[in-house]
Amino acid sequence: MPLLRIQDLTTHFFMKQGTVRALDRVDLVLNAKHVLGVAGESGCGKSTMAYSIMRLIPPPGRIIEGEIWYEDRDILRLSDERVRKDIRWKRISMVFQGAMNALNPLITIGDQIAEPIIAHKGLDRKKALEKASSLLGSVGIDPARVNNYPFELSGGMKQRVMIAMAMACDPEIIIADEPTTALDVVVAAGIMNLIKDLQKRIGLSMILITHDLSVIAQTCHEVVIMYAGKVAESGDVLSVFENSVHPYTKELIGAFPSIKGTKRELRAIKGNPPDLIDPPPGCRFHPRCRFTKEICTKEEPEFKEVGKGHFASCHLL
Amino acid sequence: MRLRPRFAQFESAPRSAQIVTIAGATICAGLIILVFFGEELVPYGPQQMVADILLAPSSKHLMGTDMLGRDVFSRVVAGAKWSVSVSFIAVSMSMVIGTTLGAFSGYFGSYLDRVLMVTMDAVYIFPSFVLAVLIAAVMGAGIGTSSLAVAIVMIPTFYRIIRSITLSIKESGFIEAERAIGASGRYVIVNHIAPFYLSSLFVLISLGAAQAILITSGLGFLGLGIPPPIPEWGTDLAAGRMYLMSGTWWLTVFPGIMIFLAVLGFNLLSEGLEAVLNPQIRRL
Amino acid sequence: MVRLLLAIPTVLLLVTTVFVVTHVLPGDPVRMMVGDVATEEQIQAIRHDLGLDRPLYIQYLSYMYNLLRLDFGISINTRLPVIREISAAFPTTIELTLVGLMFGVGAGLPLGVLAALKRGKMADHLLRAFSLGCYSFPIYVTGILLQLGVSLRLGVLPVAGRITSTADIPRITGLYVLDSLLALNFATMFDALSHLILPGITLGIYLLPMISRMSRAGMVNALTEDYIVTARAKGLTESTVVYRHAFRNALLPTVTVIGMNFAGLVGGSMLTETVFSFPGLGRLMYRAISSRDFEMVQGIVVVYALIVVVVNTIIDIVYRFLDPRVKY
Repeated sequence: MPLLRIQDLTTHFFMKQGTVRALDRVDLVLNAKHVLGVAGESGCGKSTMAYSIMRLIPPPGRIIEGEIWYEDRDILRLSDERVRKDIRWKRISMVFQGAMNALNPLITIGDQIAEPIIAHKGLDRKKALEKASSLLGSVGIDPARVNNYPFELSGGMKQRVMIAMAMACDPEIIIADEPTTALDVVVAAGIMNLIKDLQKRIGLSMILITHDLSVIAQTCHEVVIMYAGKVAESGDVLSVFENSVHPYTKELIGAFPSIKGTKRELRAIKGNPPDLIDPPPGCRFHPRCRFTKEICTKEEPEFKEVGKGHFASCHLL
Repeated sequence: MRLRPRFAQFESAPRSAQIVTIAGATICAGLIILVFFGEELVPYGPQQMVADILLAPSSKHLMGTDMLGRDVFSRVVAGAKWSVSVSFIAVSMSMVIGTTLGAFSGYFGSYLDRVLMVTMDAVYIFPSFVLAVLIAAVMGAGIGTSSLAVAIVMIPTFYRIIRSITLSIKESGFIEAERAIGASGRYVIVNHIAPFYLSSLFVLISLGAAQAILITSGLGFLGLGIPPPIPEWGTDLAAGRMYLMSGTWWLTVFPGIMIFLAVLGFNLLSEGLEAVLNPQIRRL
Repeated sequence: MVRLLLAIPTVLLLVTTVFVVTHVLPGDPVRMMVGDVATEEQIQAIRHDLGLDRPLYIQYLSYMYNLLRLDFGISINTRLPVIREISAAFPTTIELTLVGLMFGVGAGLPLGVLAALKRGKMADHLLRAFSLGCYSFPIYVTGILLQLGVSLRLGVLPVAGRITSTADIPRITGLYVLDSLLALNFATMFDALSHLILPGITLGIYLLPMISRMSRAGMVNALTEDYIVTARAKGLTESTVVYRHAFRNALLPTVTVIGMNFAGLVGGSMLTETVFSFPGLGRLMYRAISSRDFEMVQGIVVVYALIVVVVNTIIDIVYRFLDPRVKY
């Protein structure tokens, strides 16, 4: 059952050198109590989408077009004050990439977790800190550390703090933006297990942004594959992974090594991600696609349904 | 020495940086003109007693006359020569000594470096003006003393910055890379090392000039500078102070404005240069 | 605490510098003190009297020893111990410097923050221009202009001096405003305050550019940090984000810059006291220089250096208090 529905989201950044078309008519659906994975190369617009949902896009960026439907309201049409009081953290919260810098070095982690609780739930500081302590416990950190400062924690622990903080106001949706990218493999696995566990226990709906397809395969129910600011393919994880339709998806999956199976050469995708100020005409993937046809260089493909809940935009269909 | 990259940097700098640099350069150029051609531009000599004493500014005496009947305007313009010259001498001395010592310190390190650092720190932490006053008091007032006092006070600044640039060049390893591909020592120094220093040096020199003018006239104000009857701005300003209560404002205000303009010119220049030459600062 | 101990080598260093300057540089203090009239024998006699004919290292040791005993020598002018006049003048300078600091920080800090918040807009450019203007005025010119404009033209505040009459002031700390406040003598307190305003503003204008520049830079940097995005995402009000998160971080380099510029403030107080005839160390120094009273000059300079060290130590402690990351 859809909880969050994004339609035609278009976000551009108006820079001196030109306009960066970071997101172009992106469509996306998050189902209740499901984990939606958003995958793609660096610069494809994943983080921009996350920030657009929270309406945190800083100037010179602007959300130009689109609708984000949540609880029968279009988030993009709400007033700033409404978004700040009702949506941010209270209903939708975020776990940021690289917790190293996402925490204020001069404030204790307890206070930072308690801050939104005090602001949104009206608790006093003492009670808010108690809740912060128990939140720390639920993410695997000793609750007594509530008065520690960020610099006293390791990278993995800081990321757990971010997760605890994201849960502080009992939100309905959590957006996790590359939660494990900055961590080493062992710590990353721990974090992912924690996220999976929490999601199942509390019944959170999550958007998990990552470039690591294996994480998506393990954790997500649905997946959206993005490329150059547009959605290439989307659907439930099994369909997209086993019956990939879009050439980009196929190459992505091919680019990931598998422990099982025969040894084979890793196939990188030739070329580089396009410049979003002046993207290639027609299908944005066509310069790097093995199956390019004439029409691919001229017309942008439509986002069509190719199976139950399985969509892709490619002229080959 | 390639100057074209410098111009390119100027062109690509933000508008505000360009305006500031040009404004500063204009004022400084004006100052230099006064230094060299001042005598021709003014009606009287600085020591000439040409009229009644303490006349208010008028069309005949643009800035009035002082307590000995000398034309204030002529004195003030002549004063530019002294203030600016002393400052430049001081800055040059500071730069040569500070830069050399800083480069040696950074390059050779060890014992020399440590001794120099301690010495420079001693001077650096000391309140600069107080130190200049002390030096001038011990050595007696005069042109040489003023220059020396100002120079000594500014050496640590040059020293520190040159030293830190030298250290970072030394540690970055690109020099070894250059030599490894066969570049000659001279080529490396001229084309790759010198530019690092030059940007900072330009800024330091104009900043130093501003500070030097401030200290020199400050010393003059306290009676420790260039002795009368030489028309130094600070000294004249101090001399004019006792006439303030009776409403004779032009003896202090005009020299004061001149000092302000000179310092402003150099400050603007240094701010502009820094914004143009140092791209990291531009983000701010 | 440990930090206090570390201040000692700095003190030694500064005090030694004073010694080096006064004894090693060319220039004959004795001759300057005595003038041209004295004969060679008289000069030698005075030199011997002052101990200036002993080997340098002995002079150094005796100098340091005396300092430890707080013996700053005898003033040539008054024939009294230097330390007595210094002690009398000391609170004046402290009071003035504190007021100057308050004006400088009180104006500079918010101006810098404002400039950062309105970065790139007209307000920002105006504030930076103002800052540059203040920076380019020599202190004594600012002081004299204020005297002219405010005291003499407008007749509002006193031109010079520290107080109208010293009759009513209780001597507790030596800081007139504080003392009269403690004695509940409000008339005197206002009198003292009114005398402090113009000199305070003069010093404040001198300090303002440094502080506003650093608070602006600190705010700009803090506002670009990731934790600001986090704070906004948490749905906190913009003012909470700016003041609780950004400002606190911007305060750190600002506090440091206050410490770094305190030495300049001390030099500035000397000039301000001269302009406003404030009976502090600065004016004492001016008179000592004019009368070639070297023991006095030396003593005052040492006191100045000590003030700088003490203040820097305090600033260091304050910084440690503000930033939990710094440890010893």
